[in-house]
Amino acid sequence: MIKAILIFNNHGKPRLRTNNTLFTLFSLSNNLFFSHFLPETFHLVSKRDENVCNFLEGGMLIGGSDYKLIYRHYATLYFVFCVDSSESELGILDLIQVFVETLDKCFENVCELDLIFHVDKVHNILAEMVMGGMVLETNMNEIITQVDAQNKMEKSEAGIAGAPARAVSAVKNMNLPEMPRNINIGDISIKVPNLPSFK
Amino acid sequence: MALKIVKGSIDRMFDKNLQDLVRGIRNHKEDEAKYISTCIDEIKQELKQDNIAVKANAVCKLTYLQMLGYDVSWAAFNIVEVMSSSKFTYKRIGYLAASQCFHESTDVIMLTTNQIRKDLSSPNQYDTGVALTGLSCFVTPDLARDLANDIMTLMSHTKPYIRKKAVLIMYKVFLKYPESLRPAFPRLKEKLEDPDPGVQSAAVNVICELARRNPKNYLSLAPLFFKLMTSSTNNWVLIKIIKLFGALTPLEPRLGKKLIEPLTNLIHSTSAMSLLYECVNTVIAVLISLSSGMPNHSASIQLCVQKLRILIEDSDQNLKYLGLLAMSKILKTHPKSVQSHKDLILQCLDDKDESIRLRALDLLYGMVSKKNLMEIVKKLMLHVDKAEGTTYRDELLTKIIDICSQSNYQYITNFEWYISILVELTRLEGTRHGHLIASQMLDVAIRVKAIRGFAVAQMATLLDNAHLLTGNMQRMGICEVLYAAAWICGEFSEHLENPMQTLEAMLRPKVATLPGHIQAVYVQNAAKLFATVLKSQEGNTDSTAAQETSQLMIDRLPLFVQSANLEVQERASCILQLVKYIQKLQQKDVEVAEEVSALFAGELNPVAPKAQKKVPVPEGLDLDSWINEPPSESESEDEQPKAIFAKEEPKHSRPRREEVDEKELAKRREARKQEQANNPFYIKASPSSQKVYQEAPGVEHIPVVQIDLSVPLKVPGLPMSDQYVKLEEERRQKERAEKKKKEKKKRKEKRSGRGKKHDSGPESEEDITPAHQVDIVTEEMPENALPSDDDDKDPNDPHKALDIDLDKPLADSEKLPVRSHRAAEAPKSPTEDGDATSQEPKKKSSKEKREKKKDKDRDRKKSKEEKKKKKHKHEEKGEDLLGGEAEEPVVQSEETNEVAAPPTSTSAEVSDLDFWLSNAPVPSNTQETATVAAAEAAPMPEATSGIAPDSEPDEPKDTEMEETKSSKHKKKKQKKEKEEKEKKKKKKHHHHHHHSDGGGEEAVQNGTVEEEEPLPPMSNYCLLAENSYVKMMMEDADEVYDIQGNLQDGSQVVVSVIFENKCDSFLKSMEFNVLDSLNSKLQRPEGSGPHDGLTVPFQLPPGVSNEARFVFTVQSIIMPQKLKGTLTFIVKNEDSSTHEKLDFKLHFTCTSYLITTPCYSDAFAKLLESGDLKCSSVRLEGVNMPFHHLLARICFHHHFSVVERIDSCASMYSRSIQGHHVCLLVKVSAQTVSIDAKCDEPTLLGNVLDEIKQTFSQC
Repeated sequence: MIKAILIFNNHGKPRLRTNNTLFTLFSLSNNLFFSHFLPETFHLVSKRDENVCNFLEGGMLIGGSDYKLIYRHYATLYFVFCVDSSESELGILDLIQVFVETLDKCFENVCELDLIFHVDKVHNILAEMVMGGMVLETNMNEIITQVDAQNKMEKSEAGIAGAPARAVSAVKNMNLPEMPRNINIGDISIKVPNLPSFK
Repeated sequence: MALKIVKGSIDRMFDKNLQDLVRGIRNHKEDEAKYISTCIDEIKQELKQDNIAVKANAVCKLTYLQMLGYDVSWAAFNIVEVMSSSKFTYKRIGYLAASQCFHESTDVIMLTTNQIRKDLSSPNQYDTGVALTGLSCFVTPDLARDLANDIMTLMSHTKPYIRKKAVLIMYKVFLKYPESLRPAFPRLKEKLEDPDPGVQSAAVNVICELARRNPKNYLSLAPLFFKLMTSSTNNWVLIKIIKLFGALTPLEPRLGKKLIEPLTNLIHSTSAMSLLYECVNTVIAVLISLSSGMPNHSASIQLCVQKLRILIEDSDQNLKYLGLLAMSKILKTHPKSVQSHKDLILQCLDDKDESIRLRALDLLYGMVSKKNLMEIVKKLMLHVDKAEGTTYRDELLTKIIDICSQSNYQYITNFEWYISILVELTRLEGTRHGHLIASQMLDVAIRVKAIRGFAVAQMATLLDNAHLLTGNMQRMGICEVLYAAAWICGEFSEHLENPMQTLEAMLRPKVATLPGHIQAVYVQNAAKLFATVLKSQEGNTDSTAAQETSQLMIDRLPLFVQSANLEVQERASCILQLVKYIQKLQQKDVEVAEEVSALFAGELNPVAPKAQKKVPVPEGLDLDSWINEPPSESESEDEQPKAIFAKEEPKHSRPRREEVDEKELAKRREARKQEQANNPFYIKASPSSQKVYQEAPGVEHIPVVQIDLSVPLKVPGLPMSDQYVKLEEERRQKERAEKKKKEKKKRKEKRSGRGKKHDSGPESEEDITPAHQVDIVTEEMPENALPSDDDDKDPNDPHKALDIDLDKPLADSEKLPVRSHRAAEAPKSPTEDGDATSQEPKKKSSKEKREKKKDKDRDRKKSKEEKKKKKHKHEEKGEDLLGGEAEEPVVQSEETNEVAAPPTSTSAEVSDLDFWLSNAPVPSNTQETATVAAAEAAPMPEATSGIAPDSEPDEPKDTEMEETKSSKHKKKKQKKEKEEKEKKKKKKHHHHHHHSDGGGEEAVQNGTVEEEEPLPPMSNYCLLAENSYVKMMMEDADEVYDIQGNLQDGSQVVVSVIFENKCDSFLKSMEFNVLDSLNSKLQRPEGSGPHDGLTVPFQLPPGVSNEARFVFTVQSIIMPQKLKGTLTFIVKNEDSSTHEKLDFKLHFTCTSYLITTPCYSDAFAKLLESGDLKCSSVRLEGVNMPFHHLLARICFHHHFSVVERIDSCASMYSRSIQGHHVCLLVKVSAQTVSIDAKCDEPTLLGNVLDEIKQTFSQC
C-alpha cells in the first residue's frame, strides 16, 4: 500500500499531497502534518546527498518499521512516497519515474510552476496511476490516453460557454511576468541512469 | 435560459480562478495569511451563488488552500453540491475536493450515498471512474455497506477501465465492511483471470494485500497464483505474486518446495532487478520455512547470497541498500553463509550513505561470534568517534549494546571488557541513550556475579569523576549513567576498596544539580554505603572514624532535605534522622553497624519482564467488578463508555483505575495549591535549592568555572577497552598454547595413527572459554508461570476483521445488502433477512460479537487441527505413491478416518491443495504455458491435473482423479464437497422459484405432493439474474432462461431467455453480452467483434415478458460450463431515461447437452452388451415421491426417455449433442433410489449423475 504521496520543493513547500490515507493511518491532524510530518520529512530527505540510496526509514515518524519513505529528487522537486512492506521498493521508484514522465508529457516539458498552477491536473493524472493507495496503472500510454479523454470531455462540456472564460484567462496570463513558461526552473524529468529498466 | 448561462459565464470571467489565486498568493509573500483570508471570504460569497460553475471554481480553489493547510471543512456541503453536478467537469472538481477534504468523521458523507450510486451506474465511464477514485479516499463503513453490491456489479463491467478500478476499491470496502468479503470473493477470484492485464493486476494487488494480513485463508489460491506466476510476463503482477508466496510459504512448506525451481529459474533469467530482488526474497522465505530437508538447499542459498553480493557491490546505492536488507533476512537462519561476506559488510560501514550504514549495522548483529565480537565492537567504537550527527551515533551506540547483550550476553567472553566499553560509551556527547547504558550496567552488575568487584570499582571512578559527565547541559542525557553507578556502588558496596571516598563523592554538593530521580538514588545509596563504612570502621579500635562518618552524613544531608524533589526530600530527611539517632548511639559507644547494615540486607534479583503478568489472580478476586457501582449518567453518554470498556478489556483494567485516581489526586493537589497561593497565611514554597547551597559554608562551594572541552575527555584512571582486546588476545593465545600442549600430550598418549586430525586449524567457537566463570543469574518468575510469548495482535488492526475463512460456501444470509423496495415484498426472502441482520449487528452488544469471533476461532482451530492431521497423513501418502502401488489397508484406514471427521468443506479444499502440492511434478516454464493453453482449449485431464483443480470448484475433477492414481478417499471428499455446494444451490433455486414465477404456493407444494396426485407442474426455466436496485421509479426485471441442445449441429446450444419487466417504466435497447470462454462462444452476427453484445430484438413495456433465443457454439460438452454476461438496457420514464445493467451467469449443465431420443429396448440391450460403455452408479437417499413422478422428473429435467419400465425399475436412455450414449437403470426400494448408469464418456456421465442427484436432493 502507498500510504501517502507528497511533493515538495527544495525549500520544503508542499506542492501536492494526498491526504486521506495519511490521516487515517497515522491519525495525523492537519496541524500535525504541517508542524511535524512535513518538516521532518523534508529535513530527512533534503540533507541527503544526490547519490545515496532513495530509501529512508522514517521510524516512528511515519508509523513504524513497516513503513518506508521512497523518494526521488528532480531539479527543484522532491517526490516522496510513503509505502509499507507490501510494495516493491524498486517498483515504486519506477512508478515515480513513470509519474514524472507522464507529467512531462502532459505539461510538455514540466517544471515546478506547472505543478504550482495546476495542482488539480496533477491530482487527476495521479488518480489514473494510484487509487486508494494501490497501484492502478503503470503504463504511461494508457494513463495519458485516459487523462486526455477526460480532458477532451471537459472541453466539449465547456463548449461555447467556456470560450469567454478561456479568452479572459489568456489575457490575464499575457502580460504577467510570472507566466510559467517564462521562468525555466529546469527540466525535472531527468532520467536516472542507474535504475535498470523495470518493464 | 441561454441568456442566463452566458451571463453566468461572463460573471465567471471576473472571478478569480485557481491560477489567479496561486498567482495572488505568490505576489503577497509578506502578508500571505491576510491575502488568503480575503480570498476565503470571496470564496464564501461565490459558494452562496446558484451558478454551479461559480461554485465549482470556488471548490477548486478550496482544494488548493486545503493543501496549503487551511481548514476547509466548513465547505463540505458545497463540495457535495459540486459533486452532484451533472457535468463531468464539475463533478471531477467536486470528487477531487471530497477525496482531499473528507474523512470518516465528515458528517455530510452520508448525504452522498445516492449520488455516488448514481454516478457508479452512469453510462459515462469517466463519471463512474471519478466516483470510484473519490470513494477510495473517503469510504466509510456505511458507504461500504450501502455500495458494496453496486461496486461488485461494476467488477464485471464491460469496460476494463471500470473493472480495474472497481476491483481495487473492493479492498477498501472489505476493510470498512468485512462482511462483504465472502460474498465478493468469488468474483474477485475470477478477476485474477480477467482478459485485461490491468484488471488482472488489480485483482492480484487486492488479494495480495488481503493475504498479507491473513495468509492462511488464501492458501487454497496457491495453485492459481502458481499458474499466474509461471504464465504472466507483467513484472508488477509477478512481483506481487512472488511477495504473496513469500507470505504463504511459512504456512505450507511443501509449497516452498514447489516454488524453488521456478523461482530460481526466474532469478537466472530476469533482467529486471526489482523482480530478481523479490525472487531472492521469497526464496529466502522458502528456505526459512524449510528448516530441514531438501538436499540442494545449500545451492539455493549460495545462489541467493551470490546474487545479493552482486547487488551490494553495485554502484547503485539503491541496490546496495536492498541487497543488505535481504542479506539480513538470510542471516537469521543461515548465518554461516552470510558470515563469509563479512569483509563486504564491514566495508559498507564506511559508506557515505547513512541508510546503508544502518543496514550494514543490522547485519553485524548476526555476524558476531565469541571470536570476533571484540574486533567488531572495536571497529564500531572507531565509528562512534568519527560519526557526525547524533542520530547515527546513537544508532551505533544502541547497536553496540544490542550486539553485546544479544541472547543473554552469549558472545561476551570477558565482562571486564564489556564494562569498560560501557564506561567508554559514557563519554559520548549529547547522546539520548544514557538510560540504555545505565540499564546495561545495572543488568550486567546484577546478573554476572563474578564481575561485581570490577564493576563497582569502575562505577566508583565514574562517581568520582561525575563532574565530567554533568559538566555541560548537553550531556544531560548521559548523567543517567550516574544513576546506575550510584546504585551499583551502594548495593554492592562490600566490593568497594575505598567506600569512604565514594561516599564523599556521592555527597558532593554538585550532586544537587542532577535530576531528581538520580539524587534520590544517590541519597538512598549513600545510606547503604554509610552502613558498609560503619561496619568496616567499627572493627577498628578507633571509634572516632565512625563518628566522623556520621558527622559527614549529618553535614551533607540537609542539602538534600531541602531539595525541590519530593522523593529526594523524603528519603534525605528519613536518613538524616536515622543517622542522627545512630550518632547518638555512637556517642554512647553502642555498636550499631550490625543493625544498620541489616537495614539493607538481602540480595535483589532480576525479575523477568513478564513476571508481573504471570502472577495468577487470587481466587475470588474479580478485577473487573465494580467496587462501587458507578453513578449512572444520562442515556446518551451511557453507550460510549461501554464501547470503550469492551475494547480495553483484554488489557489490564487495574492501571486504568489508578490513573483515574492519580488524575483525581493531581486535580485535588492543584486545587489545594491554588487555595494556598491565595491564602496569605501560607508560607510560599522555598526558593530553589541552588541558592541554599551557595549560602552554605565550605571551600567546595566556591564557584569553580568548569572548562568545557569539545574533545571527549578521557576519564582518568579508567581502563581502556583496547587494553582488553590485547589482553584477551594474549589470554587466548595462552589458552591455545596450553590446549595444544594438552593435545600433544594426548596424541602422544594415544598415537593410534589418527595424527592428522585437529592439527592447527582455526579455533572454533566452543574452544574459547570465557575469562570469568560467568554466572548469569536467570530472571525470576512466579511459580508455575511459563516464559511463553503470548503477544497478540493489535486488537484495533482493521485487518483482524478480515480474517475470514473464504473456502466455506456462502450462506444465504451472507449476501450483500441489495437495495430494494422494502414495503412491497411481503414474504421475506433470506436475502432480505441477510440485509436486516447485517445492519443489526451494530446495535448488538459487542459481547455477542466477541462470542461469535470466539466461535470462529474455535472453528478455525478445528480446521487447523484437521489440516495438521491431513498433512501428516499426506506425507505418508506421498511416500506410498512414490513407492508405486498404494498399500490397500493403509488407504482404507485413512478412509474411515476421513469419514469419521466432520465433512467440512475446508478439509476438502485442503485436500485439493494437498493434491496440487504433492502430485504434479514441477513443470518447466515453457511446458507449463503450453499445457495451460491446452487446458483451456479442451479440458484434458492431464493438463488440468497439474494446475487447475482449485480454480473452479464447480468443475468436476473426477477425470483427473481417475487418471492419476491418487487414492479414492479424495474423490469421496470432493463429492461430499460438491454435494454440499449443490445443496446450497438448491436452496437458492428453490427460493427463487417462489420469487420469480409468482408460483410460490406451487413450489412449496412440490415438496409435499401426495401419492395419488397428478404430476406437479414442472418448469425448466430458472432464475438467471434479477435486479432490484435503483430508485423508486425503477424496474424489477427478471430473466429466466432455459438451455437446450440442438441436435442438428453437433456443437450448438440454444439458450432461450425470458425477459420480464417488473417495473412500471419502459425498457428498451437491451443488449445481451457474454464473455466467451475458449470452450463456449456466443454466436454473433457476422462482422461484429468478439466482445460486442447482441441486441435483444424487442422492447418491453411495463409488466410484459418476452422470450429471446441465443445460440452458443460449444466445443467440449463433457463438463458443465459457466459463462458470465451482462445485460445492458435503458429504462425509459416519462421524464428521464437511465442506463442500467444486470450481470448474470449462464450455467450450462451437462444435462443441457443431452437430447431426448427415443430408443427401442433391443437396441438398448445391444448397446449395453457392446462393452464400450463405462459404468458408474449413484444412490439417492430419502426420496419419497412416486416412482412415476421420479421418472417424469428425470425425463423432463434431464432429457431422458424411458425405454422399459418394470414395477419399480426402469431403464432410460438419452443422447448428447455429440452423440454420446447415456443409459440409466433406475431402481427404487423403500426411499432409496439407486441409479446405475453407463456412458462412453465417463466425465460426462459423472456430471450428469451429479446433476440428477442435485435435482432430487431438492425434494
